[in-house]
Amino acid sequence: MGKLTIPQEELMNSGHIGCLGCGGTLAMRYLLKALGKRTMITIPACCIAIMSGIYPRNFLKVPLLDVAFETTAASASGIRAALDAKGIDDVYVVGFGGDGGTADIGIQALSGTAERGDNIIYVMYDNEAYMNTGIQRSGATPFGAWTTTTPVGTTGDFKKRPKKNMVEIMVAHDIPYAATASVAYPEDFVKKVMKAKDMDGTKFFHVFSPCPTGWRYSPEMTIQIGVLAFQTTVFPMYEVENGVYRVTKKPAKRKPVADYLKLQGRFKHLDDETIKIIQKNVDRNWEMLLAKAEFTKKFAE
Amino acid sequence: MPMDVMTGNSAQAYGAKLARAEVVAAYPITPQTTVVEKLADLVASGEMKAQFIKVESEHSAMAACIAASATGARAYTATAAHGLALMHEMLIWAAGSRLPIVMGNINRAMAPPWSVWADYQDSIAERDTGWMQFYCQSSQEVLDTVIQAYKVAENHDVLIPAMVMEDAFYLSHTFEPVDVPPQKDVDDFLPPYDPPVKLDVDNPVGLCALVPPDHYMEFRFKIAKAMEDSRKVIQEVDEEWEKKFGRSHGGLVERYRMEDADAAIIAAGTMSSTARVAIDNMRDKGKKVGLARLRVFRPFPYEEIRQIAKEVDSIGVLDRSYTFGHGGAFYTETAGALYQAPERPHVKNYVIGIGGRDIPPKDIEGILEKVLTKEDGGEVEWFGLRTSGSREVN
Repeated sequence: MGKLTIPQEELMNSGHIGCLGCGGTLAMRYLLKALGKRTMITIPACCIAIMSGIYPRNFLKVPLLDVAFETTAASASGIRAALDAKGIDDVYVVGFGGDGGTADIGIQALSGTAERGDNIIYVMYDNEAYMNTGIQRSGATPFGAWTTTTPVGTTGDFKKRPKKNMVEIMVAHDIPYAATASVAYPEDFVKKVMKAKDMDGTKFFHVFSPCPTGWRYSPEMTIQIGVLAFQTTVFPMYEVENGVYRVTKKPAKRKPVADYLKLQGRFKHLDDETIKIIQKNVDRNWEMLLAKAEFTKKFAE
Repeated sequence: MPMDVMTGNSAQAYGAKLARAEVVAAYPITPQTTVVEKLADLVASGEMKAQFIKVESEHSAMAACIAASATGARAYTATAAHGLALMHEMLIWAAGSRLPIVMGNINRAMAPPWSVWADYQDSIAERDTGWMQFYCQSSQEVLDTVIQAYKVAENHDVLIPAMVMEDAFYLSHTFEPVDVPPQKDVDDFLPPYDPPVKLDVDNPVGLCALVPPDHYMEFRFKIAKAMEDSRKVIQEVDEEWEKKFGRSHGGLVERYRMEDADAAIIAAGTMSSTARVAIDNMRDKGKKVGLARLRVFRPFPYEEIRQIAKEVDSIGVLDRSYTFGHGGAFYTETAGALYQAPERPHVKNYVIGIGGRDIPPKDIEGILEKVLTKEDGGEVEWFGLRTSGSREVN
């Protein structure tokens, strides 16, 4: 791929009502830069649905359909079918949901869309909890995290199960393209969208979108948190094209996960033993990812 | 005129085809399955030009129809019972979005206990979702009503979705002669869907955003008004249909032998056909009875019901469902409409045919006898219970 220029055109107006330092809004902004204005987008109940503006305001310069929480993918399929019926074939159709709306309540509809191979782009902007309703745990909340429904308390009741791996779930649907991305690395994200947008079938992006409000850090640190998630490989950058894994960006030297955890209030209750468990899991996941990339290389077309 | 012979479910599918539905999204459920199969055949053979999304649930079926309709396509789906209940959230969404989706619903009893037979609890439970509800009595009416329903729903004074009901098995799987009108005539009757607003990259809009209390109430009032205005449109569309195709289905309420009647029953669906036989038998014996068939339940035809109240002394309302708490919905709505009427005849509710239980002519004759005598003893009677005949509940 040649030198990348991120398009200058803004398809998201300023003046949204998101929190200071919101990662999710950056995900939307970069996505639309990569896709251009011949794009239709559907959004379920989530932070973006609110911050896009209360009636009659709207922060997008592309057609937007707000839909019910669990219907993002089915709605995108419906838009695509209508465009197909009308013979319109030069419009990108996007489902843009949060982690709860995607990995939990919306997973059935998403699985249906991916299994049918409907020609849409699905973006999960992941802030690792139900942030719009006030920081309740989701299937994408990481092991160890405090949320308002895993409140730690006096019994150590933090999230005890790992984050649901949505990219793996989507890869299992035999879709042409699934990838992670981060708002801390817009070039990587935009490049991936541009690479995949014209592929036929369902394309899936898991976009790491730090949330100062829910993760309990100061708003100016959103990008720093994203960088650390990458450098510690808590959230690695990779893509899976037709089942072939490729790590798109490797840290020069992996940093300890404690560097990432200690900046966030949601992990402040963790003792050294628990942090060791998290480090072990992150190490294992990273090695497995590298092994998958190595193993699947020979299947590249 | 050459006639085809087809089931109510085939009539649904041919109705959607003749209406040139552009997007179909559906999920199979007994007894709707043959609608989906017929549509799949029609699309696969190229006879029907539509995108058919074979979704993973009824919830997604309605979600996809909503999105397709919002993008300007004519959308169709069909379901029954639990499928309809699963759609509940999206039914409200469709009406709130003011999208003229048409859906077949094959009226089936709700579980538990499991039942696949005719019963109206499924659609009655969706009464308040903002959908028009048509209850059909024949395959011909099913086919005609699917097409009519699009014309009504797409009228810019209406723009709310419509359900076209058939009784499970009594209609869904029973073969009847049906006149299938030529495509050209249907095209003349039903022009392409022309939405006042839609998703369009050349004219981007945001639809269905959060609306605070200073606007929400007006959005709801507009749906209420659209539902009110639909009465006139339903009547006009049925009249236009009659002019063009030579048959009417009665607008909102179809009357049978109501001239000089002393007593009437109000009923819907296939039991209306049985009721006509019962009424003929009673008339042969000199008993002045008639039928008012509720073709449309939403909007509720209160004016037509008040007119009937002027003409008869006694009304029996037959409900194939029960709204646990007080009477069947056809009854409570009839009684509600009559409270404001200058003349209020004797009215009683008969709950009958629940879960597909057969309703033979003699049962309706028995009810008509009771209605004629203005039988007292409670407002609501469950008619034909196995244990000890009929029972009053209040």
